Amino acid sequence: MNQDLPRWADMVLIPALNLAMALLMSGLVVIIIGENPIEAMKYLVYGSLGYGEGIGYTLYYATNFIFTGLAVAVAFHAGLFNIGGEGQAYVAGIGVAIACLWLDNTHWLIVFPLAIFGGAAFGALWAAIPGYLQAKRGSHIVITTIMFNFIASALLVYLLVNVMKVPGSMATETRSFEAGAHLPFMSDIFAWFGLKIEKSPLNLSFFLAIAASVAVWILIWKTKLGYAMRTLGFSSTAALYAGISPARIIIIAMSISGALAGLMAVNEIMGVQHRLLLGYTAGYGFVGIAVALMGRNHPVGIFFAAILFGMLYQGGAELAFEMPAITRDMIVVIQGMVILFTGAMDHMFRPTVARLLSFTRSQQEGA
Amino acid sequence: METIELAIQVLDSGLRLTALLLFACLAGLFSERSGIFDIGLEGKLLGAAFAAGAGAAVTGSAWLGLLCGIGVSVVLSLMHGLASITFRGNQIISGVAINFLAAGMAILFGQAWFGRGGNTPSVTGAAKFNDISLPLVDTLNNVPVIGMLYRELISGHTILVYIAFAFVPLTWFILFRTRFGLRLRAVGECPEAVDTAGISVIWLRYRAVIICGILCGFGGAYLSISQNSFFVRDMSAGKGFVALAALIFARWMPFNALVSCLLFGILEASAIAFQGITIPGIGEIPVQFIQALPYILTVILLAGFVGKAVPPKAGGVPYVKER
Amino acid sequence: MQTQTTATRQQLPDAAGEPPAIELIGINKSFGNVRANRDIDLSIKKGSIHGIVGENGAGKSTLMSILYGFYQADSGEIKVNGKKVHIAGPRAAIAAGIGMVHQHFMLVENISVLENVVLGAEDGPWLKGSLDRARTHLEKLAREYELEVDPDALICDLSVGFQQRVEILKALYRGADILILDEPTGVLTPSQADHLFQIFEQLKQQGKTIILITHKLREIMAVTDTVSVMRQGAMTAEVKTSETSPAQLAELMVGRPILMRVEKTKSQPGEPILQVDDLRVFNQQGVERIKGISLSVHAGEIVGVAGVAGNGQSELLETIAGIRHAKSGTVRIGGVAAGVTGNSNAKTLRHLGVSHVPEDRHKMGMIGPFEEWENSVLGLHDEPENSGGFIMKIQTILQHADDQMQRYDIRPPNVHLRAENFSGGNQQKIVLAREIDREPQLLLIGQPTRGVDIGAIEFIHKQIIELRDRGNAILLVSVELEEIMSLSDRIIVMFDGHISGERDPEFTNEKELGLLMAGINEAAQ
Repeated sequence: MNQDLPRWADMVLIPALNLAMALLMSGLVVIIIGENPIEAMKYLVYGSLGYGEGIGYTLYYATNFIFTGLAVAVAFHAGLFNIGGEGQAYVAGIGVAIACLWLDNTHWLIVFPLAIFGGAAFGALWAAIPGYLQAKRGSHIVITTIMFNFIASALLVYLLVNVMKVPGSMATETRSFEAGAHLPFMSDIFAWFGLKIEKSPLNLSFFLAIAASVAVWILIWKTKLGYAMRTLGFSSTAALYAGISPARIIIIAMSISGALAGLMAVNEIMGVQHRLLLGYTAGYGFVGIAVALMGRNHPVGIFFAAILFGMLYQGGAELAFEMPAITRDMIVVIQGMVILFTGAMDHMFRPTVARLLSFTRSQQEGA
Repeated sequence: METIELAIQVLDSGLRLTALLLFACLAGLFSERSGIFDIGLEGKLLGAAFAAGAGAAVTGSAWLGLLCGIGVSVVLSLMHGLASITFRGNQIISGVAINFLAAGMAILFGQAWFGRGGNTPSVTGAAKFNDISLPLVDTLNNVPVIGMLYRELISGHTILVYIAFAFVPLTWFILFRTRFGLRLRAVGECPEAVDTAGISVIWLRYRAVIICGILCGFGGAYLSISQNSFFVRDMSAGKGFVALAALIFARWMPFNALVSCLLFGILEASAIAFQGITIPGIGEIPVQFIQALPYILTVILLAGFVGKAVPPKAGGVPYVKER
Repeated sequence: MQTQTTATRQQLPDAAGEPPAIELIGINKSFGNVRANRDIDLSIKKGSIHGIVGENGAGKSTLMSILYGFYQADSGEIKVNGKKVHIAGPRAAIAAGIGMVHQHFMLVENISVLENVVLGAEDGPWLKGSLDRARTHLEKLAREYELEVDPDALICDLSVGFQQRVEILKALYRGADILILDEPTGVLTPSQADHLFQIFEQLKQQGKTIILITHKLREIMAVTDTVSVMRQGAMTAEVKTSETSPAQLAELMVGRPILMRVEKTKSQPGEPILQVDDLRVFNQQGVERIKGISLSVHAGEIVGVAGVAGNGQSELLETIAGIRHAKSGTVRIGGVAAGVTGNSNAKTLRHLGVSHVPEDRHKMGMIGPFEEWENSVLGLHDEPENSGGFIMKIQTILQHADDQMQRYDIRPPNVHLRAENFSGGNQQKIVLAREIDREPQLLLIGQPTRGVDIGAIEFIHKQIIELRDRGNAILLVSVELEEIMSLSDRIIVMFDGHISGERDPEFTNEKELGLLMAGINEAAQ
């Protein structure tokens, strides 16, 4: 980071180069499979942006990724790697489902705030325990959150098999919510204003995601809590010096992180699925890592990175339909490439870019 | 008699699980002792399992399959090395990336090559590692207890199981009785000392991650062509992470690793065997609880309620010569 | 490798006109825009002790790192015993007979002395032979140079003095004829340092060449035969030690005569501000670092704490600052008990009127990637003047930071510059400005001028004295005896967690303080 790159290069150029590298390598994989990567790219872009429903799906996926990306970013600013967004979102589903099952004979305006609270609270709790163990017992948060992902999935299986299932049904899911616990779809919202757009799972939660992004931006850069988190993120001894309790900040940061991951459940459970079901998180929690890395842990960056991944998910589905050899696992590969190049190999292009930039600068000065 | 048989059965399948955990755990030991954290064990197991399954199916030889598994796993290790040693990236992030790449590519290539939804074709005969019967089984058969234990527990595993257990003393010997081992222990604690002694930190760490790759290769091959006869989606099922937990529990010591892997292996085997068992006074223990027990135990262990695990001091930190 | 160096040793000519052990010709090295070494020429006679002095950042360490192969010079030539050599790395340096004892020891803490000595100099792939040979060799070296160390002890169980011996043994085991020591006495008491110097003499008699890098003139005068002075990356002088004086060397180091004494009036101590009573502090490993200390600092008084680094001074500062908790004892600020044994933290102490300029500003006093204005409220970020409820008052902070930069002459005066991009002196001023501006009852200040340029040193000293003259209390910790002696109104010496003596700076000298720092209290005996 301190390789003295101008801000625009650090925030835009390097991520762009890294992303290009990731896509290039993914293209190579497509070639090895024996398909045409340019062709594949066309299907991908058309599938995600080419028509109304595609755009709707893209933004619906992006909603999930904004939440999980923000979750990773908030923890990151406090120097914590929360790899447990998946488990936190999964457990948060319970909270959202309770709110919906309880009050679904009323109106979504009543259920919505309770669902937000339920999801955030359950997600926060599931993240706060590893946070507490890190803060007070020194257990490595990466390992603990990984373990908590596995424990979450066992917990959900147990609940859906033994507790929350519809008696007599074979399906491991709760009953479907009544209309009173359905968030309005975007097509409904547009219809209120007399506008007509194509139907898609995109729903009101998208606005919740935007609100969360703004809130995170204010939290990190404008509040004293954010200041304390960033201080801890850079140096725990400096935090102690400043009278900031690392243990307290770790637990708070993890709770906020888990709550954000938990909001993903509002989009999925109350917005789209209208019931709690097994495996509904589908790895979206892990996508948050890639999104946060690509978005440089900044809400604006995360927003765009989430849309990009939304395109991948939606376009990838289209692609798998058009080119059966490229299954949806391609998305996982691209995701891996993005994490590898924008996260782990971030330093690859830095020295070269720094040298090129200083070279052109001295050339200009010489002229 | 029935309970004894059941116990032996549990121990037997526990040993089989232990072998897998041992490969991955010792792999992690080499990497982490050198100062390179590796949460990509899971991905390497999976990648190797696919490559071994595919290789064995294509060549018809289990040994060539194993070689394929090792090859792929080493390539993944080298990627981890490139990111975390050469480009001094974040080792956790690199590990996450490797897990994704392996999971995605295995299915993608599997589907493209074999068209079975990502599975590799089932292998038999020489394309699979088969159980071997140790000598003296028949001779000892009539000796009470010992004969049965020998027949059921010690004998009748594939060669890879014996290799896994043999790696424990071997790892100990390498670590504490060889030049390489001394340097490995040193570089994970204080890379500056190694550098100023005129030894290349980078090359040393690369060798460590390559060994890690080789061992994960064994583990992957064990999954797909020894324990099973083909590769299926997500077949590593989190064992790479359990191995990581076992490594922490073992405090990065080879013989401790044997103990912790045995514990986790037998625990899981008993979870399968004692499904739905009722404990008087408590009621039925949910299967899911027993399945989650290794993870819960790891969290408890990590929380230091049973001693403290101190990782290699330079672990996770890229080496930069200071000015 | 072992045999190779022995061979080199044998082919040395014993004639009077033998070539110098080390000859550097026209060495240049830059890091980015910083020229760390410029056109360095240096020639060191075989079998001599040569000192290299210079301020922090003068380029001494860079030069030695080039000699040891850690860096490559951009241009220039290195000759060892008259032969031109290319030192591509530490391995080549070792092969050329060069050994180095680094300022921060290059030892692996959780393995034995023997394994540390053998590391990198093993005979073959199996350890046992190497370890056995090293054991006999170490016994021999121990006898020859009085360097006894238990070969089976773990490094982490040894005191720093012994760890340094292991470093020297490592070099000798590798057959070093030329030994470079980088600031070797920073962690030693004066008597341990004297023992080290005796070892130097023995090594010299055996024909070894020693290069001593230090910024302590006393050492240079005591042990070296010749001395080179470095300033701002260049070699400014090379003189015989017998023909120079500390004053002359100091002038050569800084380029102009420096005032060893700071101008100040006699103190007028008032009410006691800080009262420490029977304080006991343990570190995280459970080792007792402060063993029952009582002291007081009055208003309008500077109390200096002298001592070799690591004798409990850091723990003392951090405990009074609320960063560390004490096992027992009390700390009172202006008569109010601070509760340092339990529930206090740095914020509690700040609210009692304590300010703290920590010893290590990079780790504690500031955040490198934070902008200046953000650093200007570190520790004060949630005070009502900087934060209303939840949101920070960023406009107010910016204005205040800007004003502070003017008043404390912090350059460049840009509140949006990241702290890591300021010079050492200006970084220290950022910390000092923040802490002094609060007009604290008590200022705790550790190593105020470490890594700070001369101009800033004067400014910082002046600020400290002005604060005293306004009637505030100051507790100063420094390993620089000169600084302690010139600033303090009262001097406390710490040794091994105790106070080994208290002196009036008017009536003491460096020798007496040196003995106290070694735990020897002559007055008490």
